[in-house]
Amino acid sequence: MAHDDPDHHLDHGQAPPSDIALRVKALESLLVEKGLVDPAALDAIIDTYEHKVGPRNGARVVARAWADEAYHARLMDDATAAIAELGYGGRQGEHMIAVANSAGVHNLVVCTLCSCYPWSVLGLPPAWYKSSAYRSRAVIDPRGVIAQFGLELGDEVEVRVWDSTAEIRYLVIPQRPTGTEGWDEDALADLVTRDCMIGAGLPLAPGPRR
Amino acid sequence: MNGVHDMGGMAGLGELDPRPDAALFHEAWEGRVLGLTLAAAAWGRWTLDRSRLYREMIPGPRYLGISYYERWFAALAALLVDTGLVSATEVRTGHADPGAETAAPPLVAAQVGAVLARGAPTSRTLHAPPRFALGDSVRARNLHPPGHTRLPRYVRGRRGEISHLHGGHVFPDCNAHGQGEHPQALYQVRFAAPELWGPNARAADAVYLDLWEDYLEPA
Repeated sequence: MAHDDPDHHLDHGQAPPSDIALRVKALESLLVEKGLVDPAALDAIIDTYEHKVGPRNGARVVARAWADEAYHARLMDDATAAIAELGYGGRQGEHMIAVANSAGVHNLVVCTLCSCYPWSVLGLPPAWYKSSAYRSRAVIDPRGVIAQFGLELGDEVEVRVWDSTAEIRYLVIPQRPTGTEGWDEDALADLVTRDCMIGAGLPLAPGPRR
Repeated sequence: MNGVHDMGGMAGLGELDPRPDAALFHEAWEGRVLGLTLAAAAWGRWTLDRSRLYREMIPGPRYLGISYYERWFAALAALLVDTGLVSATEVRTGHADPGAETAAPPLVAAQVGAVLARGAPTSRTLHAPPRFALGDSVRARNLHPPGHTRLPRYVRGRRGEISHLHGGHVFPDCNAHGQGEHPQALYQVRFAAPELWGPNARAADAVYLDLWEDYLEPA
């Protein structure tokens, strides 16, 4: 163990102010006062994940893979490069692997040790992905977890769980919904939910053709 | 370390709430913690592995009782103090110590887009061939290091098969403790569900983990 032991200040339940919002505000004002962070940089980071980097990126990747066989092949061969073709990459998406669902295989992504997640294509993880309930159960009872999202997998389906223990990030490529023949990528992308790219669900069913 | 963060396979850790939830931040302070953590990391005083270690070192009962971004905040405050960017007194009072120097932030707003888009790849060139090959049968070693590791308890001692070679990657067990990157071969390993969870698990189901060479032995 390193010589520095942060336990003493990590277990500071007694330290005022107790309200987390106030403590965060106090730390931010301290760091700004000392010139350690630029508050506008914080705004820019938040804006990036609120408006620029989110699950619509991943939906574009999935839609392209559905519409373009050659792209699908490149995505399965080198997901990092194929995703970069669409302009996505960077933090928490430096090393990507795509895993494709099929009639006989369903994939589910988790990080049991923390909450690793492919930010570059899905943005920041939802609360349930970060919960202890999901992190603990996804590996031992993936079928039960998936069922809680409303998807019952049959006995004939092989379930593959991907525990993100390194800096490799996993993106699930769901099966293209039937009834979408001839759809363009924009229309296809609208069917691709965040949860289905984690494996906790399926894409939306197609409505009337646009 | 064998902490509560290593929770794969545990029961009793609450109910899963699968209701649709599009909110990125449920309270404004959560976004500020994200921003503070990324902006402060730009000082280069610690690695991502070390920040994970600090979150893991939050005592178990407290870790389980606080939210994701509260863990980030606790770890950030401790990292700032331990790396000398701020003093414990400053954290307590919320003000710079008398006579403290004013720095220039290493990350300003105009750079944020490019920095996030660049990321921080952990792939490294290896100077020796990997020990294992695709299809090799391996066993996750029964290791219980007191420090940071990415070898979850639920696979230790279990047999799996190499399903992909990722090349060389920074070794977190060293990097988290300021001991350098010591890159080594990283493997994707497939563990059949019954090997991990016993005879009631389905034979065809599997869990895949990315494991470094030091975590593995031939089986």
